[in-house]
Amino acid sequence: MEGSIFQYEFILKGLLGAIFASITAGLAGTYIVTKRMVFLSGGITHASFGGIGIGYFAGINPVAGAAIFSILSALGVEYLSVRQKIREDSAIGIFWAFGMATGIIFIYLTPGYTPNLMGYLFGSILTVTYADIIALGIMALILILYFGIFYRTILYISFDELFARTYSKYVNVFKYITTALIALTIVLNIRMAGVVLVISLLTIPPNIAMMFTKTYFKIVLWSVAAGFLGTATGYAISYFAGIPTGATIIFTLVVIWILVKIVSHVVDRMRVNVR
Amino acid sequence: MSVCLLEMNSVSVAYDSNTVLHDVDLKVYDNDFIGVIGPNGGGKTTLLKVILGLVKPVKGMLVFNQELSNNINIGYLPQMSTSDNSFPVTVKDVILSGLMMRKGLITRMTMNDRNKASQVIDELGLTELSGSSLNELSGGQIQRVLLGRSIIGDPRLLLLDEPGNFVDANFEADFYEKLRVLNRRMAIMMVSHDIGTITAHIKSFACVNRHLHYHPSSEITNEDLMSYGCPIQLITHGEVPHTVLKNH
Repeated sequence: MEGSIFQYEFILKGLLGAIFASITAGLAGTYIVTKRMVFLSGGITHASFGGIGIGYFAGINPVAGAAIFSILSALGVEYLSVRQKIREDSAIGIFWAFGMATGIIFIYLTPGYTPNLMGYLFGSILTVTYADIIALGIMALILILYFGIFYRTILYISFDELFARTYSKYVNVFKYITTALIALTIVLNIRMAGVVLVISLLTIPPNIAMMFTKTYFKIVLWSVAAGFLGTATGYAISYFAGIPTGATIIFTLVVIWILVKIVSHVVDRMRVNVR
Repeated sequence: MSVCLLEMNSVSVAYDSNTVLHDVDLKVYDNDFIGVIGPNGGGKTTLLKVILGLVKPVKGMLVFNQELSNNINIGYLPQMSTSDNSFPVTVKDVILSGLMMRKGLITRMTMNDRNKASQVIDELGLTELSGSSLNELSGGQIQRVLLGRSIIGDPRLLLLDEPGNFVDANFEADFYEKLRVLNRRMAIMMVSHDIGTITAHIKSFACVNRHLHYHPSSEITNEDLMSYGCPIQLITHGEVPHTVLKNH
């Protein structure tokens, strides 16, 4: 059959991409949702677009540019809000728009071929390479090891930072490392979902998970499961319907979230009625 | 024979250029129960934080007894507002975090640790809530969990910051009785604005208003407070049977 190799590649990329995206997004997402860092993460994501633009202009890998930009903007927000006493949400807003503006200017200035902007903004199957998937797989492994080894340390710093400081000198080190890993996770997932949409890939699964369970570790597990279901289904739908991947994945995740919400609401009411 | 756990020698603390504590001298002995009182913004919480090493003094020094060196043996119950009480963490895990000061960064809780946590949970009457997430608990229950976290490590010195704020009426009597029992094996320093309720088991006072005046008796009067430059009003609760306030 004519399409078989293409189909095989599609299934392999889709499956591996969905697995690694859901693992990375589940771990990083649970952290940012429970720590109420969603807006910060959104800011980091959009700021990374500046790195994509400069990457194109300078002829270096745009993902590397995005990684550098996202980490610097995360540290920049921290620096402005803690050291310079600028309101954190204002600092985020500044980096957010500054990154987008820088990206657009440099992509405009890049001579000749104009890259597929839409692919970076909204995610696209066509731009996902095996190298991207391998990078995402390595990221998944790093996150599993990091959260696995330091689980209690990370959990307790998230829950009560002041108390953690009474017994550990490394609270800031952990905060910076975790934020840097989350910035990298976001950048590597941009290929799947795009700059504009990737933040939902991190925030929707934990919010689905929290309807089933209220303990941190289980929220991570349920997030990965919900993320995989949404990503794989969205990926398949986007392929067969010929619509953009990132948007379809996010749309599918929101539909799952709404369905679970309705079901849990109905179950709750039935329980009340039984009593 | 009581043992001196901690000695503060003319310790001053400043935030930016604003001096919060000025030349504080204090000795804490192993069977002390010190009520830390004073007006808001007077430096009560800062006093606890400097003992915990959370803020560094700009002047003076703290000398810890060997047993207490590196802060490993201090229990701490912060003011309610510092932790995120909607965070998805179980009662048992919060209480276990009180053992982190003895652990490295790579931590596995042993069977022993878990048994110890269960014991503390039972003692505090939280048995049925052990597996519950903090966001399912009332303010008073959370306060009990945080007390559990501060005592699971068997500290020699227990620092309590406004513990009465969220303690529910049912637990209040229990709570202070619990402190009295704990005081047999650890020194306690308790910050509170509500002296009427805390005086029951307190042995001495530290009046903190930038300066610290130590009052080595559980009896304190408005005149004492005035002379310490510590302007707070003592209010007697008529029915409190154990009131130790005199000369009103």
